[in-house]
Amino acid sequence: MTIEAIIEIRELTKVYGMGEVQVRALDEVNLTIRKGEFVAIMGPSGSGKSTLMNILGCLDRSTSGKYILAGEDVSDLDKTQLAIIRNQRIGFIFQSYNLLPQTSALENVILPLLYSRNGDLSDAEQAEKALIALEAVGLADRVDHKPQELSGGQMQRVAIARALVNDPVLILADEPTGNLDTRSGEEIMTLMSELHTQGSTIIMVTHDDDIAAYAERIIRLRDGQIETDEQNGGYSPRTTLEEVDHARQ
Amino acid sequence: MRASKVFQIASKGLTKNKLRSLLTMLGVIIGVAAVIIMISISSGTEAAIEEQITGLGTNLVFVQSSFSRGGFGREGGGPSGGLVYDDAFAIAEEINGVTAVVVEQNSSETVKVGDTTLEDVAILGTTADFPSVRDMAIESGRYFNQTDIDRTQKVAVLGSTLAEELFGDTPPVGQLVTVGNTKLTVVGVFEEKGLVGSTDFDSRIYIPITVVFQKFTPSQFARIIGDRVRVIYVEVDSDIPLDEIILQIELLLAKRHEVSLEEPDFVIQTQQDIIQTQEATTSAFRDLLTWVAAVSLLVGGIGIMNIMLVSVTERTREIGIRQSVGASPNDIRYQFLTEALLLSLVGGLIGVVVGIGGAYLFGELGEMRTVIVPSSVLLAFSSAAAVGIFFGFYPANKASQLDPIDALRHE
Repeated sequence: MTIEAIIEIRELTKVYGMGEVQVRALDEVNLTIRKGEFVAIMGPSGSGKSTLMNILGCLDRSTSGKYILAGEDVSDLDKTQLAIIRNQRIGFIFQSYNLLPQTSALENVILPLLYSRNGDLSDAEQAEKALIALEAVGLADRVDHKPQELSGGQMQRVAIARALVNDPVLILADEPTGNLDTRSGEEIMTLMSELHTQGSTIIMVTHDDDIAAYAERIIRLRDGQIETDEQNGGYSPRTTLEEVDHARQ
Repeated sequence: MRASKVFQIASKGLTKNKLRSLLTMLGVIIGVAAVIIMISISSGTEAAIEEQITGLGTNLVFVQSSFSRGGFGREGGGPSGGLVYDDAFAIAEEINGVTAVVVEQNSSETVKVGDTTLEDVAILGTTADFPSVRDMAIESGRYFNQTDIDRTQKVAVLGSTLAEELFGDTPPVGQLVTVGNTKLTVVGVFEEKGLVGSTDFDSRIYIPITVVFQKFTPSQFARIIGDRVRVIYVEVDSDIPLDEIILQIELLLAKRHEVSLEEPDFVIQTQQDIIQTQEATTSAFRDLLTWVAAVSLLVGGIGIMNIMLVSVTERTREIGIRQSVGASPNDIRYQFLTEALLLSLVGGLIGVVVGIGGAYLFGELGEMRTVIVPSSVLLAFSSAAAVGIFFGFYPANKASQLDPIDALRHE
């Protein structure tokens, strides 16, 4: 294998609850994701996909097993070290955007830079980086808008810009189109496809087959185990809105 | 994260909810202002008392009758015991190192000159050495002498304010004033002296003490044991040890009053004693006020904790967002701790302004005198900061320990 692995998971197990009632949300999962892959994780509720996402996003720790992210074993890091990993290596995109209210798009995008530990950027440098990220998602004209002044699709673009601003090795998207109408959802997916073609590694949780179709690899979970893991046969990178519109017709 | 960033984030957090921040600060504002105002009042009282006492003159020993304490101008107690007028002469004549003796007897009467009538004018019956011991200078005319006193001459010396109120532009010397039912001739007017403590030296009328005994505070016992007096001021030579003079006075008075030194009917105090007694009283007063103020600061601190706890719960999702983009437990802790600290510091600062302003207003408008003590301002402000850190820590710690997944899921 020539392409380096971004994620390597070995016998990852997560058990919830103590004592009598124990739920094995993840049961000895093995998974490797290579740099540049666009992976969709699917499965019914209770299948363990959220748990897997939380562990992959370093928001939670596994009960046992190994998780190696970009060559670094993060299985046994403490809260502060995990925070640093999240800041430096991971960009999150949530279903409900999770932007700070009453805070401008620019300031929302700057947020990860505030908690950045390697090299203090000046305020101007931070603003510049954030502006570049906002331009990349096509929101250069909305920098001073607050979330409540933006549409759902625009809010999700701000969230994507925020995810990108620290140049993460991994983008984690949790139902990124779940709160959006079809049109905005497709716009967001197009944007994600663009990021993918530019080389970003993306892992996306969804239960929508149409959305999963944007990914090149689809992993289905059931009862805490990987049921299927296959390349998306119908996968074809669509990078422009025109192509999306064309495909819909 | 840089401290300036923490500060920036925290202040942004507070300005988003200005009314709540202000209400939270109110407790601290009141606490700090209360500390400053209360200490300024007690210090003002203390300063007034001290000034009053030192304003009496230097090297003074006070001999007071231990029965007639507080009985201003009135006979109190039984016929035996207590200081009498003649004691003053005995002290002046028989004790070495006594440079002057002054006796005072207070009363108040209606004073009339022509059509002008003043009610309740303070009358001070006193003796010949009064001006030198109390550091008063004559502006016009003269002060009464020992002869006037011995002969019970109906003369009077006026304070400057009183002279003006009674006579206006007319020179008062040689004029008659009616005090109660007695007509007195004005022989002199004092120079302006101003307030000493709470005593206004300028609006009193000064009369030979013998006249006061005879006309204003007559007593049937006077013929038997002599005229009783409330206090005798003894000015002493500063070269002779004070203790020695006090002992001599004690021996003399014990002999004259036929009492033992163990159970005297008089009290001898120096200025130092009086200052100390007053300080003990005022410091107890001040301690009480300080405790009251400290409690209000504590209540302010609890208010901060309360609101910070509410704030942490309300902003759980914000905390989750910050955690997801890389805020460590310490980042979150410092943010909320800084918010609490800012609340208490800004509250403290406003409290300092309100406190100084309040103390000033109290002093200007009220009867009370206030002295703003810089150390109390510092104390109040730093206690506010301490309160902020102390009461901010628990909510901040709680925020820092939130689980990012739960926090993000919080509605």
